[in-house]
Amino acid sequence: MKTLDQILAEHPFFAGLEPRYLALVAGCAKNLHFEAGEYLIREGESADQFFVIRHGKVAVEVHVPGRPPVTVQTVGEGEIVGASWLLPPYRWAYDAKAIDFVRATALDAKCLREKCEEDHDLGYDLMKRFLPVVVSRLHTTRMQLLDVYGSPR
Amino acid sequence: MVPRPFRIISRHRETRDTITLALMPGPDGQAFSFEPGQFNMLYLFGVGEIPVSISGDPASPRRLVHTVRAVGATSAGLCGLARGDMIGVRGPFGTAWPVADALGSDVVFVAGGLGLAPLRPAIYQVLSERKRYGRVFLLYGARGPQDILYRAELERWRRRLDVDIDITVDHATGDWHGSVGVVTEIVKRAGFDPDHAVAMICGPEIMMRFTMAALQDRGVATEQIYVSMERNMKCAIGFCGHCQFGPSFICKDGPVMRFDRIENVFSVREV
Repeated sequence: MKTLDQILAEHPFFAGLEPRYLALVAGCAKNLHFEAGEYLIREGESADQFFVIRHGKVAVEVHVPGRPPVTVQTVGEGEIVGASWLLPPYRWAYDAKAIDFVRATALDAKCLREKCEEDHDLGYDLMKRFLPVVVSRLHTTRMQLLDVYGSPR
Repeated sequence: MVPRPFRIISRHRETRDTITLALMPGPDGQAFSFEPGQFNMLYLFGVGEIPVSISGDPASPRRLVHTVRAVGATSAGLCGLARGDMIGVRGPFGTAWPVADALGSDVVFVAGGLGLAPLRPAIYQVLSERKRYGRVFLLYGARGPQDILYRAELERWRRRLDVDIDITVDHATGDWHGSVGVVTEIVKRAGFDPDHAVAMICGPEIMMRFTMAALQDRGVATEQIYVSMERNMKCAIGFCGHCQFGPSFICKDGPVMRFDRIENVFSVREV
């Protein structure tokens, strides 16, 4: 059976992370699984962990009153769910729901924030991994806002 | 320049505003040959004439297929026609997808929205000689699940074991179990060999711009990327100038163009 260090080392998000940091991060990690339809994240709840997706697909949803929830993004194997744990007020702004059976590794946010405060090199390394994800999602959101496939006006 | 009469033999609603018409030659009975990527001018008698890409199988020259979205008077009129109605057809016009040049390479079709229609003849042709190509990818982005064209056919292709199909929509509700996000995200994860791939892209120009960037980030050379351009076309034979695109006319030098040959013009905002 693989250790958490090994599992994280094999995940693209943590590719190349120094072994000493992998051990620190793994100290905040636990493996979880979700059945289809189960929620990983609920809007408004405390962002006290984030998820490294190892198998399956997760829908990022926004609840719209009077309408079914709108899926604005799907996240799959090799990707991560959740960046709100990085910044106050550490609160989720959306739901994340397993579309099919999902295996994930959950990282305890408080534990990880404390380790980043103690070792800024670790914090800087993690920021360099999160920022491209956040920027990429900002770009894709802009493209979605453009509604490029809508009827020409 | 004279439209040939064609009769509508079937009409299929693809989405809320998009119809696929199958046509057969009228009284002259002549078969209609074309190359994948070419377009026709469709004439709705007494209303007007518009350019529409051919979306059927080049191997079936007696069945001419067009997918039309209702956006103006002529296209809405075409969408409203019934089986048995006649229309005028001029064509085929324009350049073709490089299906033969891609032999031996991975083939990456990237379609956005209605852009799947002009690519479909090339997909038919590649699949008809599937063993002569490397891996084949169809990466398709649509607005929502209800806007996906050719659903039954996509499902059939997906069941094949020799085509990688990845579909994403901008947003979804309900029971959509596929991907949500933009088409560039699926370009990033598609497993083609960028050194030995030919990419054919069709969709809104802004989608093609971002897709080109994603393909180049993956290492695909610009001379291996082909796009289908769209401009307002009238005569379709390079006389009227309505479809001028820098030094080219889309109707005769396009619509399919190799990206390295138009890269400089493509990036000019006013063109």
